[in-house]
Amino acid sequence: MCLGIPGRITEVRDGVLRMGTVDFDGIRREVCLAYTPSADVGDYVVVHVGFAISQVDEAEAAKTLAVLSAIPGALASELGEDA
Amino acid sequence: MKYLDEYRDPELARRLLARLRATTTRPWAIMEVCGGQTHTLVRQGIDELLPAGIRMIHGPGCPVCVTPLEMIDKAVAIAALPGVIFTSYGDMLRVPGTTGDLLAVKAAGGDVRVVYTPLDAVRIARENPDREVVFFAVGFETTAPANAMAVLHAAATGVSNFSVLVSHVLVPPAITAILDDPANQVQGFLAAGHVCAVMGWTEYEPIAARYRVPIVVTGFEPLDLLEGILMTVRQLESGRAEVENQYARAVRRSGNTAAQDAVRRAFRVTTRTWRGIGDIPASGLALVPELAGFDADVRFATTGVRTAEHPECISGAILRGTALPTDCAAYGVRCTPRTPLGAPMVSAEGTCAAFHHAGRRPLSTSEER
Ligand code: SF4
Repeated sequence: MCLGIPGRITEVRDGVLRMGTVDFDGIRREVCLAYTPSADVGDYVVVHVGFAISQVDEAEAAKTLAVLSAIPGALASELGEDA
Repeated sequence: MKYLDEYRDPELARRLLARLRATTTRPWAIMEVCGGQTHTLVRQGIDELLPAGIRMIHGPGCPVCVTPLEMIDKAVAIAALPGVIFTSYGDMLRVPGTTGDLLAVKAAGGDVRVVYTPLDAVRIARENPDREVVFFAVGFETTAPANAMAVLHAAATGVSNFSVLVSHVLVPPAITAILDDPANQVQGFLAAGHVCAVMGWTEYEPIAARYRVPIVVTGFEPLDLLEGILMTVRQLESGRAEVENQYARAVRRSGNTAAQDAVRRAFRVTTRTWRGIGDIPASGLALVPELAGFDADVRFATTGVRTAEHPECISGAILRGTALPTDCAAYGVRCTPRTPLGAPMVSAEGTCAAFHHAGRRPLSTSEER
């Protein structure tokens, strides 16, 4: 849960909490964007347990994804899929 | 050098290693405090490619592993209560407690659910007003902003059947505790890039100055690690002790201040027990008094939990960096990722699991020792 996974914002919804949809290499999740107020559709963010924490560029996102894919179970665990 | 060809940029990896060899004149011990970094170091064999004398010590960088046994036992006890829906990140389910794990509670009919984010736990509470929904709020600074927001959001929207079992830990006090240990051998640290993306690195500056240790904020890609190690060795060789940032692509000095504000509104700093290490002052987070109504530990008053580690498990020494998984008699034999006896074998971020996934052989069967 600690590693953080990068994805691309595909939708932003402003409500009680700033929420959005983030695409993680084909898997979509609802993500809280309250901590990245300036990140917008098309931007890449690193998401920790459903919260975007930092904004990164596309190349950085790809690198981090490659490392996560090499750790057994890491992607599934970061996306909350039952181990 | 078979490993090097697997790098994204083997040529750059070779250059970094050559520079490291040219820079190193003496032995140095460097600790990484991030389970993702441990995994990359072991899997890519970086620890074995480094110049002789540069030793990587694997620190307590796995949030699953350092969650104290007492908290696991409390979680197991609360999850077994009738009327409770117990929610958790998936990697906590198989962490062995004294008498069993959360998965066993689930198998016995307990309502234990894996959630991807604490906000899902708040939603489950809203949808089940007649049930008590408890969320296991564990982790380092990377998950604290999410858990803080979940409680603040539940409070703001009046979801009163929601509570959190909090066992948050903080990295800088752990580094200080390691440095205060008279037996400490660590001379430089790689700080976890993602922790610093949240918190920045101002907290590390007084540590670097006071203990005269270089601390380099580092990512967890193989090339990041090589560069972070090189930056640390350069400081050590020239007698500098500063905080430097290798991971400038994602980390700024001040971190994410919006996230830090939420953490400060929901949590206060407290003493925390680290599994295998013991109590470390000011090393954890607990709810602020105004939010004590959301504290599952208070709501369910689970006192009198008796805890005991598996007798064979030497995870304490592993988390302190004084032993390797291969030093454990159970490693790879009675303890595997499928049958974990201790927490470091459960999570992919644990040192024992990282060794096992990389195929490191148990001591008794390895030839080079
Ligand atoms: S190999 Fe298993 S029993 Fe040995 S220290 Fe690691 S987790 Fe504990």
